[in-house]
Amino acid sequence: MGRAKTIARRAFLIGSAAIAGGVAFGVWRFRTPYANPLLRDLPEGAAALTPYVIITAEAITLITPRADKGQGATSVQAALIAEELDVDLDQIMIDPGPPDRAYWNTALSSEAVPFRATDEGWLAEAARGAMAAPMKFLGMQITGGSTTVPDGYEKLRRAGAVARETLKAAAARLHGVEVASLTTERGAVILPDGTRLSYRSLATEAARTEPVTEVTLRDPADWRLLTKPMQRIDIVAKSTGTQGYGIDVTRPDMLYAAVRLAPQGAALRGYDATRAEAMRGVEKIVALPAGVAVVATSTWHAMQGAQAITLDHGPTPFPPGMAGHWQALSDSFDSARQDSQFRDAGDVAAALAVSTDVEAEYRAPYLAHAPLEPLNATVLHTPGRVDVWTGTQVPRFVQTNVAAITGLGPEAVHVHAQMIGGSFGHRLEDEAVRHAARIAMAVPGRPVKLTYSREEDMGHDFPRQIAMARGRGRVAGGRVEALDLGIAMPSVIASQMGRQNIPAPGPDLQIVAGAWDQPYAIPHYRVTGYRAPELAPISSWRSVGASTNGFFHESLLDEVIHAAGADPLEERLRLCDHAPSRKVLEAVAEMSDWGAPMTAGRGRGVALCLSFGVPCAMVVAVSATGEGIRLDHVHVAAEVGRVLDPVNFDGLVKGGVVFGLGHAMHGAITYENGVTEQTNFDTFRAMRLYQCPEITVRGLENGERIRGVGEPPVPPAAPALANAIFAATGKRLREMPFDTHIGFV
Amino acid sequence: MPLTVNGADFPTEGLDPDMPLLWVLRDVLGLAGTKYGCGIAQCGACTVHVDGVATRSCQVALGDVWGPVTTIEGLGTPAAPHPVQAAWIERQVAQCGYCQSGQIMQAASLLAEVAEPSDAEIDDAMSGNLCRCGTYPRIREAVRAAARAMKGA
Repeated sequence: MGRAKTIARRAFLIGSAAIAGGVAFGVWRFRTPYANPLLRDLPEGAAALTPYVIITAEAITLITPRADKGQGATSVQAALIAEELDVDLDQIMIDPGPPDRAYWNTALSSEAVPFRATDEGWLAEAARGAMAAPMKFLGMQITGGSTTVPDGYEKLRRAGAVARETLKAAAARLHGVEVASLTTERGAVILPDGTRLSYRSLATEAARTEPVTEVTLRDPADWRLLTKPMQRIDIVAKSTGTQGYGIDVTRPDMLYAAVRLAPQGAALRGYDATRAEAMRGVEKIVALPAGVAVVATSTWHAMQGAQAITLDHGPTPFPPGMAGHWQALSDSFDSARQDSQFRDAGDVAAALAVSTDVEAEYRAPYLAHAPLEPLNATVLHTPGRVDVWTGTQVPRFVQTNVAAITGLGPEAVHVHAQMIGGSFGHRLEDEAVRHAARIAMAVPGRPVKLTYSREEDMGHDFPRQIAMARGRGRVAGGRVEALDLGIAMPSVIASQMGRQNIPAPGPDLQIVAGAWDQPYAIPHYRVTGYRAPELAPISSWRSVGASTNGFFHESLLDEVIHAAGADPLEERLRLCDHAPSRKVLEAVAEMSDWGAPMTAGRGRGVALCLSFGVPCAMVVAVSATGEGIRLDHVHVAAEVGRVLDPVNFDGLVKGGVVFGLGHAMHGAITYENGVTEQTNFDTFRAMRLYQCPEITVRGLENGERIRGVGEPPVPPAAPALANAIFAATGKRLREMPFDTHIGFV
Repeated sequence: MPLTVNGADFPTEGLDPDMPLLWVLRDVLGLAGTKYGCGIAQCGACTVHVDGVATRSCQVALGDVWGPVTTIEGLGTPAAPHPVQAAWIERQVAQCGYCQSGQIMQAASLLAEVAEPSDAEIDDAMSGNLCRCGTYPRIREAVRAAARAMKGA
């Protein structure tokens, strides 16, 4: 029986479709009108149980559409499905699935509305619901905003439960027994007499079974996998050099490519590739809209060729040097550029008119994403079909853009998602894939792998936003009485969405994220966002707006608390009006033995930042030594509702702390003549192992909502370190990177 | 002169002697476990052993390779991991994992030279290997665990 005919016959089934001896069904169908994308390429004899489960006679495959860039997304998605499906993680295959609207991200939209994550009121809930509709409409299959867990927490477990219950129904019918008499265990339905029927053996029968969609999710107390220490699915491969990444893709008869690109936004007037053309291994020179590609017999030959090309380009559309960028930010503190003022409690102007006890300006630089795997994409262009192998957080954008470039329909563009060697937001952009598609069109019928050199990757990153803040505060009676913070930065969202031709109307919440939404009840309290003009093109960088604003807000608050003569942690606790946030503060106070005396030259700093719905508090302890500041210990606590994978949670939080601290100490991207001055790790410095403090992590589970923790540990790291350095040395650091003002061991 | 990698000889005739060992391994021999990260010996992702010593393969031209080469694939396998790899698995060190081949090769070289490294020796040996995910705390733990395991073996 032909597949098309089978689909047509069963198409009336919502949530389930039989495919020549298999089945597809699931929760997705009554939540979305989108067809199950797995039915398109399903082989004979396979059952696609929901868009998240395929069962064949040979294997159980779980679909994990959120991109894994090291955060463990694949493992946690698989565990959520497997928990209800009753399979163990050593019994399954994993597939990232195709780009499809069925895999839209519902959790991401909740970060786009102007209600604090702590606000559970009806208006906030209604606004979040309203945003979910356009997100679904756009079919944004996006990995970002620490949303993989909140987005999948119920959806994926339900998908597993629907598949399990339908397999049970199939077994009941096949053996003439009551469904209620059946149990499941380790990939098998167990009959009352103890006979084990493997799911794989039931695939064909499941295809003929009406899907069971009324399912009850298990009580977390009965979980077998979630909340227990699990071995990440990729850990053996990643410890033995056998994990394939996008950069490792090989295809038969493949060519290799590298690029030389004009500075961001600069027009290419011409180029000279004479030297490159004559070089060994070079096969072809391909002109791109903003640069030139070299196609060669190896990546190294392609990179050598690209380096030998000289470009003639125009000026960049932003100031050539940093003075111009800072001036643009400074000029943006103006009512004409006010973007938002969602926090305005009491009467700040009147309070500060009585006395202004603190006045300070803070700065945060551009930063590269610089994951260790450079950008890459392999593309095969044939008549009527394009195949793309790449690691991406935005597979549907890739599909759309490659379709537009090649002139084919999106259905002709097949995106094969690859494991990503780090991202931090880098793979939310798809410029490299667009270049690869153009290169592939110049060598039709042959796969070509484009790999960016580190220099091209860093030099053409869309970096973290540059930002400036101006704050004032007043104290009275040993307490914080007023806090007024203005933040100026260009809009990350407008820059990023602009490259996808998606409008981003209204205020950009990221301009004030991590500042306006903090859980403090200060009597006179105002946070104002100013939208600076577009400068260098920028993109989301791990924790986005909060990566700069957490530093601004928690540094200013620390200064005002100091002016009040209060204890930094006690005063934060006194001001904090959000119970879960109080608990993370209390946790780090206890973990770090906050009140214990320290010897001279040592100091502790505390910071709290609530971002992506997660309150995260940190206490950093430092020593001032003859060789510079040494980071001794970090205590960190985060409230995520429920810790699904404790081993991975601990690792992700520690990694976020290292990321936040390392960039605060050393990281900056600066422009000179419109070109980035840092293009490799010799000048774009990161934390090294010898600098790494001891880090102690605690996950709290008091909140009602489940949250992701990829980003929240980053924002409090910089201010906690700055506040610790102040405590140890009396020196207040108001500009990142700190190493421009103080030395580190 | 043939190139010896993981105990097997590979002919080098016709290859560009200036080609860095890293790219010979990856693009010619198909040994993709060794990673490209920076090309200037700043990140350590390309670390292999040449004559038993940790070496940045992006800095060694094919024509200059002075001894047998061991890559991550030759150190151990998923079925039979080297004690350092076993420690990396047990501690679940990797996040994105891209730097970990280099980290493991560096750690194996350290432990071959110093059976019981001090914390300072671990810090010294491992600080040329960059990890952007920030797995340093677990790298330290795994190196210590591997040292204990190798001592007991």
